[in-house]
Amino acid sequence: MGFLLYSKNGQLALAVLAFAAVVGLLLLVARLADRGSQRGRTGVMVAVFGGPALLLLAVGLVYPALRTMWMSVMDGNSTSFVGWSNYAQVLTDPAGAVSLRNTLLWVVLTPLLATGMGLVYAILVDRSRFEAVAKSLLFLPRAISFVGAGIIWRFVYDYKGAAQQQTGLLNATIVALGGQPQRFLQDAPLNTLFLIVVLVWLESGFAMVVLSAAIKAVPAEIVEAARLDGANAWQMFWRVTVPSIRASLVVVLTTISIATLKIFDITRTMTGAKFDTQVLANQMYDWSFVFGDNGIGSATAVIIFVLVIPLVIYNVRQMAAGKAVR
Amino acid sequence: MSATITTAAPRAVPTRAPAPRRSAAAGVRRLVGNRIGSAVAIVIAVMWTLPTLGLFVSSLRPEADIRSSGWWHAFAHPAFTLDNYQRVLGGSPSDNMAVYFQNSVVIAIPATLIPLTLAIMASYAFSVLQWKGRDAVFVGVFALQVVPLQMALIPLLRIFSGSGVAATFPFLPLWVAHSVFALPLAVFLLHNFMAEVPRELVEAAQIDGAGHVQVFLRVMLPLMRPAIASFAIFQFLWVWNDLLVGLTFSGGSKTVQPLTAALAALAGDRGQEWHLLTAGAFVSIVVPLIVFFALQRYFVRGLMAGSVKG
Repeated sequence: MGFLLYSKNGQLALAVLAFAAVVGLLLLVARLADRGSQRGRTGVMVAVFGGPALLLLAVGLVYPALRTMWMSVMDGNSTSFVGWSNYAQVLTDPAGAVSLRNTLLWVVLTPLLATGMGLVYAILVDRSRFEAVAKSLLFLPRAISFVGAGIIWRFVYDYKGAAQQQTGLLNATIVALGGQPQRFLQDAPLNTLFLIVVLVWLESGFAMVVLSAAIKAVPAEIVEAARLDGANAWQMFWRVTVPSIRASLVVVLTTISIATLKIFDITRTMTGAKFDTQVLANQMYDWSFVFGDNGIGSATAVIIFVLVIPLVIYNVRQMAAGKAVR
Repeated sequence: MSATITTAAPRAVPTRAPAPRRSAAAGVRRLVGNRIGSAVAIVIAVMWTLPTLGLFVSSLRPEADIRSSGWWHAFAHPAFTLDNYQRVLGGSPSDNMAVYFQNSVVIAIPATLIPLTLAIMASYAFSVLQWKGRDAVFVGVFALQVVPLQMALIPLLRIFSGSGVAATFPFLPLWVAHSVFALPLAVFLLHNFMAEVPRELVEAAQIDGAGHVQVFLRVMLPLMRPAIASFAIFQFLWVWNDLLVGLTFSGGSKTVQPLTAALAALAGDRGQEWHLLTAGAFVSIVVPLIVFFALQRYFVRGLMAGSVKG
């Protein structure tokens, strides 16, 4: 017993065993109900199969989300009602303004750049001899955590004084070409752009895979007809390819926007939100867990939630429309 | 919710869709000129690969070399060592990350098994079982995907900090949090898959006298293997790579902190100790990389399906 309780592997084993026992017990109950009479059988089945997930969602997600909304109109210790003042604080405070501006930059630029890159690459490698390998190279970064990516790119952006030898790839390249080394992560406002590059690096593979599939589904007749009409590459791209895959493009753009709104890891690992690189999701973390003000932290979370909703609705509707066409 | 892209046709995630003879892409590329196109593609591929390669090469260089010259010098003057990995995996307590690696494993396995199992069961309740209000409840679960993690974080944390359970089972909050946050997407994806299984299969089994448990275990589970594998991989990697839950639910305690949180702390406090950072980061990404190369098909499918989680 000691092993199970007092070592990490023991706790892991205990958790797996306990969970297996619970599931086994549930299925046993269902098995007995299977043998029993028809009356009330469906009720037992729904409770056994659906109950655990629904219970967990109610306690672990629905209740906390409602409570966060309530906390967002209370003071820092959730003791007295303060109305909209937390929201006002987030939206008007100068630091908050910087964070809103940065978040907007992230949400607009990341999807556009990642989708553009994914689309161009998908077209370039389509049906080439090395398509599979080429695609996995671009998709590979998606396996890496945001923290790992943050460290990888901090290394690329590393800065040493002009007198020293540069160890960061980017600054070494700049110096080799005769330029001055740059402090990519410290100098606002461009540093936010260099952080966005990291997420573009991570998300382009996703865009590429979806768009590549969409491109392959464009009917050959359309392409052939455009060729016979003498379309050049530019026209082919803008008048044939892009309109044909419009639905997929929208889905990719909105999906990446939604993900971007919630990302805080990159900022946290690379600049610690210093040098004017704050974003909403990281601000939420700072307010709640660094400054311990649950009111403002919750209000920030609700703002993220509200910003996500229209994107999600648009995304879902586009996908429903796309499915109807297919 | 790009979920539907994959779930609408989980078996045909289109890495190799039966394509027309001449695709839109080929049309554009032919006109650009194949040579230029290939050159651009190679440049992009190199740009996407170099950062990771640089990290890996650096992690194998002596500390002094990392400080004094760029990693590309290692090819001209090869000097490699495993010292950094030794320090990261078994060095002094302040450098040692092996404990966090173990934490990540201990967190990730139940945090994958629990939501996966509960979601498979729930998807049975939402697809095969017929009951009043079923569709409404399902839409409700689907809608929960909209809720960002951030919305539930503090109250969920409070539930655990108020009880003594977390003192005895320090990993429990992390397992529960990851399970909760995984469920809406998992139920949605697996339900879509299960709903596509022909009803005749279920009915045939029932005529043969099978109850729901048998239909679930003998008919559904085997058919759902690809979907289960894809989601399991996605969820495992999600947990492995997660920082937000790991950071908030471990309360900075070394006993439960995952590797990502330890790395983020190292990057913040000792950001210029590249010999530790490079080796540590590589240790953390080696697990996803192995999964990527070993199970690429499921991996791509899983990540595509889960791309909206959060």
